[in-house]
Amino acid sequence: MTEQVSARSYWIGYQTIVIKEITRIVRIWAQTLLPPVITMSLYFVIFGAIIGRRVGEMGGMPYMEFIVPGLIMLTVITNSYGNVTSSFFGAKFGKHIEELLVSPLPPWIILAGYITGAVFRALIVGTLVWLVAAFFAGFQMFHLGVSLSVLVLTAVVFALGGFVNGVYAQKFDDVTIIPTFVLQPMTYLGGVFFSVSLLPGIAQQIALFNPIVYMVNAFRFGLLGVSDVPLWTAYAIIIGFGVVLFAFCMSLLKRGVGLRT
Amino acid sequence: MKALAVHNLKKTYKNGAVALKGIDLSVEEGDFFALLGPNGAGKSTLIGIISSLVNASEGETRVFGISVQAQRSQAMAEIGLVPQEVNFNQFEKPFDIVVNQGGYYGVPRRIARERAEQYLNQLGLWDKAFKMSRTLSGGMKRRLLIARAMVHQPRLLILDEPTAGVDIEIRRSMWQFIEEINRAGTTVILTTHYLEEAENLCRNIAIIDHGEIIENTTMKTLLGKLDVETFVLDLRAPLERPPEVEGITLKLRDATTLEASIPKSFSLNRLFRALEDAGIEVSSMRNKANRLEELFMRLVHVEPPAHTEVVG
Repeated sequence: MTEQVSARSYWIGYQTIVIKEITRIVRIWAQTLLPPVITMSLYFVIFGAIIGRRVGEMGGMPYMEFIVPGLIMLTVITNSYGNVTSSFFGAKFGKHIEELLVSPLPPWIILAGYITGAVFRALIVGTLVWLVAAFFAGFQMFHLGVSLSVLVLTAVVFALGGFVNGVYAQKFDDVTIIPTFVLQPMTYLGGVFFSVSLLPGIAQQIALFNPIVYMVNAFRFGLLGVSDVPLWTAYAIIIGFGVVLFAFCMSLLKRGVGLRT
Repeated sequence: MKALAVHNLKKTYKNGAVALKGIDLSVEEGDFFALLGPNGAGKSTLIGIISSLVNASEGETRVFGISVQAQRSQAMAEIGLVPQEVNFNQFEKPFDIVVNQGGYYGVPRRIARERAEQYLNQLGLWDKAFKMSRTLSGGMKRRLLIARAMVHQPRLLILDEPTAGVDIEIRRSMWQFIEEINRAGTTVILTTHYLEEAENLCRNIAIIDHGEIIENTTMKTLLGKLDVETFVLDLRAPLERPPEVEGITLKLRDATTLEASIPKSFSLNRLFRALEDAGIEVSSMRNKANRLEELFMRLVHVEPPAHTEVVG
């Protein structure tokens, strides 16, 4: 007897994708969970402890403390984006994405499953980097709700971005172009290592077009209670990006772009 | 009820290649149906459209009355697909592959585990269930594709060249399994290049060529259309030229091998009498190709090869 399509069967399908994604992340922990911890430890040692001592204060606090939120966000952004691109493109490349495409699951469930996997990885590595930061700069948490919501929303936005990349990618090179030439410059210029208020006039205005500035500052508010931008503006921009990207991903999936011929 | 009903189905790819030119096809519930055609005829495109991997340019596909285009999810729940290419994650274990596929179809995990054990056992893969699937042999991978397609117990099972490259022993065990599934009520659509398989297993048949259905009938009716059979005779002594027998075409393949094309209305005795009169002794005899293969070749205008497996 064929299984009937119902809300319950969709829920089971969603759970299955999430379990599969989490299993993958944990199975290859040396590629998914360990590298960000090592990289961020080096950032804290070099930029925080060695160079940071000479920089002095930034935003009214020691430089080491100032860079903690930005470095956590840097980790969250690269990991949520990279998780979906590698997992989704890997499934496309190995053709096992067809297991999902021939199933009764609607596109939004497939998307939700991959996004949840990416958010899981972002939360784990974000927490690990936060613990590493605590070793260098002490535990910081000004507002848990703001910190957690900004972290999850940012992870969702970049997981959606990674999904778009995975859909359009035809070869392995295609999944590294955006992170290297777009994401990395945007993140480094997004106020991870400095306050945008330090930028000269026009550069400051240009920086405000970078959505990562709002994500980093909103998260900085959550951890340290300081921000270069109003908190609600940051939320509106993050959610706005999320909604637009979600709609775009759904349109791609419904039309079968890059997946169905 | 029709397990599959395809109406005026057309597919033109972006590069302008026309794969399907408006085909109509129906498969009755419980049937064991052969879909045959040479490479590039449009079989895989048709299967792709039925399983929603390919978007149709025009036309309608219904599975048990449910439109694939309008109610994709409901239609897909009825189908199990065994694809031509191995398309599971080779870094996963067979057990996990089958259980996860069950999950995508809404089968609760506990039940999916029970079914995975059942089907992997039935297909002789249980001892490999927890090994990395990339370590499986080609035949094992093909059987795993079948187990995966069966985990949600579909009413329509589509097998796209499931036995390609599989040795004869494994092939027979696979067909035994599929025949049992069919006897239990599952409709089976099969594409294969081993036409002997199709002849022995399938009750109804469609032949597709250049994006059009050129034959759609029962296997019995189709085989009844074969008016000439070709036999290969091995001779005891070499011949310089073939003898002449009225109504029978005789050709020498080499000095000791004679090919005889005999109309169904003619008796084989007549051929042997003529050979005996000419002092030709025959040591053995066989069909040049199986009956379906011979018909297939004629329908798609291809010269039959010397062996029984259709190439291409």
